[in-house]
Amino acid sequence: MKQIMEGSRAVAETVALCRPKVVCAYPITPQTHIVEDLARIITDGRLDAGYVLADSEFTAASVVLGASATGARAYTATSSQGLLLMTEVMFNIAGMRLPVVMTVANRAVSAPINIWNDQQDSMSLRDCGWIQMYAEDVQEACDMHVQAFAVAEKLNIPVMVCMDGFILTHATEPVDLPDADQVDEWLAPFKPKFYLTTSDPITLGSMAGPDAYMEIRLLLHQAMQEASSAIESEAERFEKAFERRQGGMLDVYQARDADVLLVSMGSLLGTMKDAVDELREEGHKVGIVKVRTVRPFPRTHLHDALSGARAVGVIEKDISLGLEGILCSEIRSAFCGAAVTPNISSFVVGLGGRDVRKEHIREIALGLLKDDTCRVEIPGIDHEVLWSAHEIENEGV
Amino acid sequence: MYNLTGVIGLLKEIRIHGRGGQGSVTASEFLAEAAFADGLYAQAFPMFGSERHGAPVTAYTRISDKPIRLRSQIYEPDCLIIQDASLFSGNDLLEGLKDGGLVVINTPLPASGFGIPERFKVVTIAATDLALDMVGKPIINTIMVGAFAAASGEIHMDALAKSVRERYPGELGEKEVVAMQEAFDRVKGVRT
Repeated sequence: MKQIMEGSRAVAETVALCRPKVVCAYPITPQTHIVEDLARIITDGRLDAGYVLADSEFTAASVVLGASATGARAYTATSSQGLLLMTEVMFNIAGMRLPVVMTVANRAVSAPINIWNDQQDSMSLRDCGWIQMYAEDVQEACDMHVQAFAVAEKLNIPVMVCMDGFILTHATEPVDLPDADQVDEWLAPFKPKFYLTTSDPITLGSMAGPDAYMEIRLLLHQAMQEASSAIESEAERFEKAFERRQGGMLDVYQARDADVLLVSMGSLLGTMKDAVDELREEGHKVGIVKVRTVRPFPRTHLHDALSGARAVGVIEKDISLGLEGILCSEIRSAFCGAAVTPNISSFVVGLGGRDVRKEHIREIALGLLKDDTCRVEIPGIDHEVLWSAHEIENEGV
Repeated sequence: MYNLTGVIGLLKEIRIHGRGGQGSVTASEFLAEAAFADGLYAQAFPMFGSERHGAPVTAYTRISDKPIRLRSQIYEPDCLIIQDASLFSGNDLLEGLKDGGLVVINTPLPASGFGIPERFKVVTIAATDLALDMVGKPIINTIMVGAFAAASGEIHMDALAKSVRERYPGELGEKEVVAMQEAFDRVKGVRT
């Protein structure tokens, strides 16, 4: 039924419909409302699960690791510093092939301390062996969670659903939540082949020396590479049941004959679509490629989607300091050895909650139409602020 | 009457200025919920400083008859709700307000005292006094959205009342609804 509610609550309600047995988290802005709502749902008796209030994110990740290893469907959520504190455990969860699902309410990382949105947190953990999906709106965030449990448990790979902090977590907007029967029918109960039990003891996560470590890592790498077909097939299965296409590796918008293609992930896509509609009305051939799944990386999908364009602008809220936007580097790699390569430029925007307006997207697109030279740009810098920060760095306060 | 959604496909944007603790974010959600109940698309979202009582808070509501994809803050609002008139000092609250735009101010003072240009429509309501009087607590957000509903003409009071009752169940909610209706009637000129 279509309702209007805050993004965090919609996600909490959806996660509850997926019937996790263990929810464990440590509260951090802007993830807080999600786990508060889940705690309330469990306390009200609407979800039969254990809620563990952890004493840190490191503990929260460890608890869901342990819970998942015993065969329980396990869920956690975090943001920013919290995700970074989980890092060691994140690699373990993936390496042990435990299908944990996590929401990342994307937020900038310190220092300087900043509670607002960008995607530096999850993008910094792109290599830890988790599938990563980015939601454009609240509806997609909800639908991705249902699919995340199915994909994770089918492949024994954990899934991170990323939704922009505040912009989506604190947005109240219409959302069509699936009903409980529908989710029960679509999402089979979690029945792992191996799990920890005293009646049949096994070891998970044991040591592997130089003779076997590489092979085990290779298996995980291959499983990740092959995950795209499961992600696509679950998206199709979801679409059949719920009549919404809300998954898969990527989507295109107004892309067919585009001279310039803009690429992004997450909530920025909505603003970009409004900007592109305006540009199209003015006769500019600009389109959008939306990267939904960042890991596994949709290399061939991107290659096919971007090949026809003269210039590509990758607009993202993260930066590999000393290089460029992270997604941009990765997209360049999709064209390694290709006969025809579009000029691919990096645009780093929206760090630490800096608002990205339709006008900014227009400027980037019009700039690329005029000059398609490959470049790295960080638009929207306030030079007065930059100058005073520079002064302080050099001369102290 | 000011028409909030008179033009097909036109996006209407409302910006709410308040201080932490005055329920500005909740007010933005009430408006979105009421518009949604009337069959429109709506989006509400906050721009927090670091959350603390007394600090300036801005909240936004977009209303449209088409799905809303835009996620940026609101720079050229059609309407402003000013929950705390003391915010006028040192802040350009009218920044970006469209010509003919509506400003609803919580103040016991007449509108003329704020020096607002004639191209805007101004409505004042002594929301804090009204809240203390009728609710017994300085909860002003419901009163402000009631005044806004009267001034804008398109948000329905029954839809607003439903949202308020859901948010504040029991006696408090009932008092809120009565105070909100009082604000609506005062702005409509039914009562003074």
